[in-house]
Amino acid sequence: MATSIQLRQIKKAYGDVQVIHGVDLDIEPGDFTVFVGPSGCGKSTLLRMIAGLEPITGGDLLIDGQRMNEVPAARRGIAMVFQSYALYPHMSVYQNLAFGLETAKMPKAEIAQRVQRAAEILKIEPLLKRKPKQLSGGQRQRVAIGRAIVREPKIFLFDEPLSNLDAELRVAMRVEIAKLHYDLGNTMIYVTHDQVEAMTMADKIVVLRSGVIEQAGAPLELYNNPRNLFVAGFIGSPKMNFMTSTVEAGALRTGGVALDLGRDVTGATTLGIRPEHITIVEGSGVKFADLTVDLVENLGGQTVVYATTRDGQALTIVLEGQRHVEIGSSVSAYVDPAKAHIFDAEGNAIR
Amino acid sequence: MAVNAAEAAPQNAAFSTTKWSRAWQNHAPGYLFLLPWLIGFIGLTVGPMITSLYLSFTDFDLLTPAQWIGTANYERMFTNDRNFAAAMRVTFTFVLFSVPLKLAFALAIAMLLNRGMKGLPLYRALFYLPSLLGASVAIAILWRQIFAGDGLVNQFLSIFGIVGPSWISNPNYSLWTLIILSIWQFGSPMIIFLAGLRQIPQDMYEAASLDGAGKWRQFWKITLPLLTPVVFFNAIIQTINAFQSFTPAFIISNGTGSPINSTLFYALYLYNEAFSFFRMGYASALAWFLLFLIACFTAFSFLTSKYWVHYDD
Ligand SMILES: Nc1ncnc2c1ncn2[C@@H]1O[C@H](COP(=O)(O)OP(=O)(O)OP(=O)(O)O)[C@@H](O)[C@H]1O
Ligand SMILES: [Mg+2]
Repeated sequence: MATSIQLRQIKKAYGDVQVIHGVDLDIEPGDFTVFVGPSGCGKSTLLRMIAGLEPITGGDLLIDGQRMNEVPAARRGIAMVFQSYALYPHMSVYQNLAFGLETAKMPKAEIAQRVQRAAEILKIEPLLKRKPKQLSGGQRQRVAIGRAIVREPKIFLFDEPLSNLDAELRVAMRVEIAKLHYDLGNTMIYVTHDQVEAMTMADKIVVLRSGVIEQAGAPLELYNNPRNLFVAGFIGSPKMNFMTSTVEAGALRTGGVALDLGRDVTGATTLGIRPEHITIVEGSGVKFADLTVDLVENLGGQTVVYATTRDGQALTIVLEGQRHVEIGSSVSAYVDPAKAHIFDAEGNAIR
Repeated sequence: MAVNAAEAAPQNAAFSTTKWSRAWQNHAPGYLFLLPWLIGFIGLTVGPMITSLYLSFTDFDLLTPAQWIGTANYERMFTNDRNFAAAMRVTFTFVLFSVPLKLAFALAIAMLLNRGMKGLPLYRALFYLPSLLGASVAIAILWRQIFAGDGLVNQFLSIFGIVGPSWISNPNYSLWTLIILSIWQFGSPMIIFLAGLRQIPQDMYEAASLDGAGKWRQFWKITLPLLTPVVFFNAIIQTINAFQSFTPAFIISNGTGSPINSTLFYALYLYNEAFSFFRMGYASALAWFLLFLIACFTAFSFLTSKYWVHYDD
């Protein structure tokens, strides 16, 4: 059966410097959870505390309901794939996979069987005799994952496992890891700062900033209902447009245009609209800005328009299909009120 | 590079004279700068070496001209010289014990220092100090005092009511005091080990600890294999040094290799043959045989290295 993980007010300090400030998180058995956030926000630190590689300085870590704070890494039932792969350079691929099993004093025949099975799953059978230095980046990545799966751990942890691969391979491996999760059904935690990886792989995304969880939830939940400006800006690509706004007589004014969202906008200072939710055709949604077109990118499948409002705020618009838009022309922008996000002065979403 | 050289070869032949003179003009200033070193190298190293090779086939006492006697010196070494046999025994015992013990000790201290302690540079310097002083006459004299009949060691033992022997004048122990002295000079291999340990990525140990390996298994399966290039280097250097060890034995036994030849190191025996008995020919033969021994050992080490040294490239 898959394993649950709970973090209760988990804290981490290096000396006087607090880097994780009381994180609460429930990870359901069998979930694929992704930690995202900007560099230095504490993703790796949190993961390493769960793995047992970094002492926890406050709070409780529960695995299957058992407190694990002081349990050594080897006895937490965890396998981890490192960003650097951390393959043992002096051992062959076979020995790399077998090392943990040999340490556990498993009979040789069973080791051979398990290594064989893992090699089959990851298609690295022809490589078993090679040393890590004789492998390509993608092959090393597979071996690193193989080393994790032979031990049949309860939980898999990945720390930016794909960041050393080129774009194409990254997409391919992303799919394979997702498939692996589907096949094995283990609880997995995956760290990345690539929000596309997060959106495509996760059952649950945890957005971190400066050691604090900004929001945790299903990918679409975060996409549709970001709790604050940070999450709204972090999830989604291209980034959500933010426009400074004022409230006059109960109506939102932005870029010199008053718009009626049909809900209470008291206290709103920022209007947020995703590029893909903007149209420039009259009659679809409410008008929220008059624009001058600065640049147009035709990507084939979609057309990206970069424009400026009358009061000088930049705006990105993604239009479906191939559209002809003249550079320098004036257009009006429309949005479905249900897809407009508003935020107060603290950056929190107003629902 | 290799391809270029091959292509250039035929041209070289055609224009050899002009090429040569032009090359000489290009390189002359370089050789000029090298000249002091070249004179020293030829005059003080190559010259004497060739001379000693010649002398090893002669009988030469410094006073009368050298007499060619063929391989008689070498024959005497193996058939008719009990002191030579003793010197071989002492030297091999010394190499066999002092080198592995010294390396083990150096590695142990290096691992201790590598645990990220405060004031590391200070400890590093302190531990290195004996090696700076180690080969010196002063330390050997100090060692003689420590292990003498009424020396520090025995004074310490007497606290527990043990009456120790005179370590340096007892043939059963004398060589061992010198082995201990040599282990105490673990500084330079330790520094090299420390640098080697720093090269091993931390995540190797993290991966191993997730794989369930304890400290002991991590040492044997991760640290040591990844450190083999450094072990190899240290072993070669230390072995060559040990074969040539001279000063401590010379000081402690007053140059005699006593008691009963128990500290008659090869280099000490060679020195006595040359400068006490003025048998320069025989001493030269001894020197060349030592060179041969060291060359054999080094060649053997390099040949076997591919089976146990892990190179990460
Ligand atoms: N050993 C340490 N001593 C002091 N501070 C540390 C240490 N390790 C990490 N930190 C700090 O903790 C914070 C979180 O680091 P962490 O490595 O978890 O970030 P991250 O989110 O994984 O970033 P990245 O995406 O760049 O990997 C950083 O501000 C970092 O400077
Ligand atoms: Mg990180």
